[in-house]
Amino acid sequence: MPAPIRLRELIRTIRTARTQAEEREMIQKECAAIRSSFREEDNTYRCRNVAKLLYMHMLGYPAHFGQLECLKLIASQKFTDKRIGYLGAMLLLDERQDVHLLMTNCIKNDLNHSTQFVQGLALCTLGCMGSSEMCRDLAGEVEKLLKTSNSYLRKKAALCAVHVIRKVPELMEMFLPATKNLLNEKNHGVLHTSVVLLTEMCERSPDMPAHFRKLVPQLVRILKNLIMSGYSPEHDVSGISDPFLQVRILRLLRILGRNDDDSSEAMNDILAQVATNTETSKNVGNAILYETVLTIMDIKSESGLRVLAINILGRFLLNNDKNIRYVALTSLLKTVRTDHNTVQRHRSTIVDCLKDLDVSIKRRAMELSFALVNGNNIRGMMKELLYFLDSCEPEFKADCASGIFLAAEKYAPSKRWHIDTIMRVLTTAGSYVRDDAVPNLIQLITNSVEMHAYTVQRLYKAILGDYSQQPLVQVAAWCIGEYGDLLVSGQCEEEGPIQVTEDEVLDILESVLISNMSTSVTRGYALTAIMKLSTRFTCTVNRIKKVVSIYGSSIDVELQQRAVEYNALFKKYDHMRSALLERMPVMEKVTTNGPTEIVQTNGETEPAPLETKPPPSGPQPTSQANDLLDLLGGNDITPVIPTAPTSKPSSAGGELLDLLGDINLTGAPAAAPAPASVPQISQPPFLLDGLSSQPLFNDIAAGIPSITAYSKNGLKIEFTFERSNTNPSVTVITIQASNSTELDMTDFVFQAAVPKTFQLQLLSPSSSIVPAFNTGTITQVIKVLNPQKQQLRMRIKLTYNHKGSAMQDLAEVNNFPPQSWQ
Amino acid sequence: MQFMLLFSRQGKLRLQKWYVPLSDKEKKKITRELVQTVLARKPKMCSFLEWRDLKIVYKRYASLYFCCAIEDQDNELITLEIIHRYVELLDKYFGSVCELDIIFNFEKAYFILDEFLLGGEVQETSKKNVLKAIEQADLLQESPKKTLSPIF
Repeated sequence: MPAPIRLRELIRTIRTARTQAEEREMIQKECAAIRSSFREEDNTYRCRNVAKLLYMHMLGYPAHFGQLECLKLIASQKFTDKRIGYLGAMLLLDERQDVHLLMTNCIKNDLNHSTQFVQGLALCTLGCMGSSEMCRDLAGEVEKLLKTSNSYLRKKAALCAVHVIRKVPELMEMFLPATKNLLNEKNHGVLHTSVVLLTEMCERSPDMPAHFRKLVPQLVRILKNLIMSGYSPEHDVSGISDPFLQVRILRLLRILGRNDDDSSEAMNDILAQVATNTETSKNVGNAILYETVLTIMDIKSESGLRVLAINILGRFLLNNDKNIRYVALTSLLKTVRTDHNTVQRHRSTIVDCLKDLDVSIKRRAMELSFALVNGNNIRGMMKELLYFLDSCEPEFKADCASGIFLAAEKYAPSKRWHIDTIMRVLTTAGSYVRDDAVPNLIQLITNSVEMHAYTVQRLYKAILGDYSQQPLVQVAAWCIGEYGDLLVSGQCEEEGPIQVTEDEVLDILESVLISNMSTSVTRGYALTAIMKLSTRFTCTVNRIKKVVSIYGSSIDVELQQRAVEYNALFKKYDHMRSALLERMPVMEKVTTNGPTEIVQTNGETEPAPLETKPPPSGPQPTSQANDLLDLLGGNDITPVIPTAPTSKPSSAGGELLDLLGDINLTGAPAAAPAPASVPQISQPPFLLDGLSSQPLFNDIAAGIPSITAYSKNGLKIEFTFERSNTNPSVTVITIQASNSTELDMTDFVFQAAVPKTFQLQLLSPSSSIVPAFNTGTITQVIKVLNPQKQQLRMRIKLTYNHKGSAMQDLAEVNNFPPQSWQ
Repeated sequence: MQFMLLFSRQGKLRLQKWYVPLSDKEKKKITRELVQTVLARKPKMCSFLEWRDLKIVYKRYASLYFCCAIEDQDNELITLEIIHRYVELLDKYFGSVCELDIIFNFEKAYFILDEFLLGGEVQETSKKNVLKAIEQADLLQESPKKTLSPIF
């Protein structure tokens, strides 16, 4: 059989192929030749054949029949064979393959080989793809090599040890003694890999940082030498000496200084030095500065240093290099919770980044902007954010809309502004608004009693031109159904009233019903709205009756059912019709049944017991809630049923009411005085009062560290805090739920309960899906009233669907920082 | 670092180094998706993007894209320097390296990478030392003797 063609020859030949088919033909021919050559157990050309196979593998063709041949190459005594053999092993023989373990013996022998390059090959292969079994078997050999004086091998052994520890964490103890004098090396390669090894150990085990803290002075010294020493040609990169080592040392220092005052103190000087002396004209210098900033922000550094760090980030934001700007935004996002005030100073630069062309930068800038919104800057920020919503890419619109709603709810300076903002979002990004925003908005509109006329007028005008955006149409339909009488009577005070006739209103609602663009849900809203208007309109009742009866034979079952029931209302139950369809009462926010019991997709209500009771005089709702809860919870945790994110008629709320029946709920003493200046007729609970009248949550609240309240099974929930400066008993907690697994978590419901001396209000969450891979979060706001300034404790219950099964978990949150409740 | 990919402007893979165990099918899927994503980026955009739960750092050198996937706690800017260092090593070894050099000598490109990185981390920060090791290993290959004693 003629000698197999050489590798380069093959590559040249394959590259001449003009079509995919031609290439495949050549490859198949060559594979056949290689296969027969393997079968002949030819030692001379095995190396060449495997190399060719690897090339074809890279082109995407199968190469599994070469696996055993790689093993034979590794076992060979020729260095060339071993080189290609190990390369083949790394490419073809990962731990999922059955033959993987057969390598172990060869590697073991080669780790003890007399030639260091062979040892190097073995260490490299083990360190790149060794399985857990292999690592267990060979850890001893690696440990031995970690102590050798040969720096070429020592550095490889260190990284190999890192891999072993990652695969088999229990083996970490084994490498401890060898780490004793790793940092005494002069060789930079060994130093670098040693620092990586130490870092890995510290990240894996919470005891390790304590153990290695004594190395801080030595690390500081090494870093200092790197900065102060003159030009070293071997390690120089654009005037900086060994930036790779500098960055790794800074990262290790970060881990060691975290939560430890003494270590942090010891590093203060060197960090300041690096921060001020590093050359920033090239990427290299900025890379070191970036790492320095991360370290400063994470350890217990003094405030001057922290300000220095944030100012560096501020300068980064103005850098022409996009990469630098991106990195600055990322870091600012991490620090905005703890150093809120300082980051606020850079707000205008951050907002400018919203106009950047790069998608990644825009996303970061958006997240950061939302984090920076507070009572003082809400108007200006909202203008920018609304402009952004208008012009951004579709992938951002949903998140931006949710963020705007959340911010508006927290900081709206006036009801009208709030409604205007919502309107703006609905009209610019109406189709991207999340479904669960609709009930929230409806509730908000209901509660702004004096704005009803204005709202319905604006909504009517909005859908006149375009009724394709479903959430907008749903809200508009609902409002028109509720307040259609205000619309036609032209009662709007806020802006000039428009002339609308009943027929015109019905025209638009009917168009929505007929339109192909309307979803089933939207049609439901429209039909119910038309029905409600039968009690509010005077001239067009017959028209309404006709429309309703047409839909009695609609193909859509939901519509048909509604139409039939409404028809029945007209015929048999006409005497009840006006009572059933009367105006919705104002929804009290702090109610145990939650607003969803009232806000239903079909807008119908059975008069629920709670609504028919006389409205309480003075700020009673919270105390009523208290009574209710006392009945429910005998022990010291008071359960609070949160506002559910979906708009299904909440049967849970219904059950609760059944339990309580006709208990007298009024007359309980007020739990807390409501602040003055409440312009509304309704009785919004005290927690909201301050919000609507003046900016409440200023920067004074900044500086409360956030906590990870829950982290399990890939679900992480973080709490961030704000305190009100006009009502110091109120703490606002914003929870963020993120999901690092590879599947979404759906139907996510967060519930919380606090001890009896506290009161809790849970606002609606931004959505009910926690997307996978940390690509998004659910945000929800909790307001806690703590008049007795007791230590905050909370029990949380999480329910969600994940990987096809229903999950549920209870947890206690006890690690609230003192600033959140003192 | 979880993996490094080198590919041409047409999306042809020139080098793939994986530091995490994945099946061939998964590797192909990831490669295809990532190549598509990176090639779709406009020239003025920044070198970083979020992809699944990883950070991707990429840079284009002539007709080749060098693409690394790093983890959350890794420093993006220094990864750019790592990529640049690798390119410098290739350049010194091949003398003004171009894509063809890497195509025809892919195994050498791997050998150089394996002297510079191990398990996804930098093992040698001195350019000189990496090149010296490669040089001596190459000599060992050409030497008629079967085994050699350690050199340094």
